[in-house]
Amino acid sequence: MVCMERAEQTGGIINARDMGLVCCRRCAQVWPDTTHRCGRCGHRMSVRDPHSLQRVWAMLLMGLICYIPANLYPMLRTRTLFSVQQDTIVGGAISFIEYGSYFVAAVILIASVVIPLAKFMAIGFLAISVTRPSSVSAHQRQLLFEVVEYIGRWSMIDIFVVAIMSSLVQLNTLVAVQPGIASLFFALSVIFTMLAAQAFDSRLIWDVQAQSEGAQRHE
Amino acid sequence: MDTSETPVPRTDLIVCPQCDAAWTLARPAAGERAICQRCGTVLITPRAKAGKQIIALSIAIAVLILAAAVFPFLTISAGGVTNSVSVLQAALAFSDGPLVVLSLATAALIVFFPLTRVLLSLYVLVPIVRDQPPARYASQAFRVSEALRPWSMAEIFVIGCAVALIKISDLADVSFGPAFWMFSALVLLVIVNETYLCRWSVWNALSKPAAS
Repeated sequence: MVCMERAEQTGGIINARDMGLVCCRRCAQVWPDTTHRCGRCGHRMSVRDPHSLQRVWAMLLMGLICYIPANLYPMLRTRTLFSVQQDTIVGGAISFIEYGSYFVAAVILIASVVIPLAKFMAIGFLAISVTRPSSVSAHQRQLLFEVVEYIGRWSMIDIFVVAIMSSLVQLNTLVAVQPGIASLFFALSVIFTMLAAQAFDSRLIWDVQAQSEGAQRHE
Repeated sequence: MDTSETPVPRTDLIVCPQCDAAWTLARPAAGERAICQRCGTVLITPRAKAGKQIIALSIAIAVLILAAAVFPFLTISAGGVTNSVSVLQAALAFSDGPLVVLSLATAALIVFFPLTRVLLSLYVLVPIVRDQPPARYASQAFRVSEALRPWSMAEIFVIGCAVALIKISDLADVSFGPAFWMFSALVLLVIVNETYLCRWSVWNALSKPAAS
């Protein structure tokens, strides 16, 4: 591992903002802070995105709103010879419990209920935490942010499972599976949550810490 | 020349895009890594011969995506009735009414975005590896490729298959078509490709003609 030296030798680690510089978040080129568009890759730059939190809350709200019909409407519609069964996400998990497949039920509940709700809470917590001094360290919040960003895409797995089931299980009159309208809302909820995580400017996490450390030093 | 019109980048510094810490740039040797010492983000990870390996992997990935998309993927049979589907058919399963949107999105996420990313990275990397000046709009191409990264979900689809198989296996017999194995191999190649690619090195190569 290569250890890089601090850009200025005085005091602690210095932010690019305090040196009058801005870093392109797409290609990492460093520019004077008067530059608004990266000269190398053309990405828009700002020292701190002033609308970051606003967009995070808007996307998060959309994700939450879409998550409600995703749970109320059926995700899968199974037609067998004699009956038609419509299952919501939780209803599907309950029927797996009734059949005795606790493992599958647990997987469904964790992947489709626990993780989405945890993501909503985590992003909300991060957005609130950067507006005030937080008791959770910046390192832990950075880790939380990276976990949320990493896990976000994996929630699309539910949609892919519905797609595979409903294209594969088409056995004429015997049994046929069709996707329900909830799959659309669930996909939208996942996409909006991903956009909320992407809208979050993680540099804000470190600003608040730098400010509170500075305040402690002055005291 | 008016300097306010053309700002000069600071090539002696590197700034962590995650936490904004500024460091004096020290280029690691091949195989070493430069890590932001405040937040732990990996900044530079050059590898020897990475370019050629990535190009080879990218070509393999493009071929596999095209093949895996059209060949039979999974086959199900129960009570004398069989049905087999390809990846594209699975993606286009949401066919009625408003769900058509979801069909297009799924097809994009598991076939078109991964394919686009591979083709863009070939377009960007081939001239760099051959020591030629970068292709036209190479920076923009690489930027689009990077923006698509979270949205290309081939590997998630494969795990989705495993989950779907667990759900179906009580109901009917499921067997794997040739495309299933191709898609599984594809996922491994995508992951290896991601770890080989040092984004800082690519961007650095792309900025050379502007500097000279």
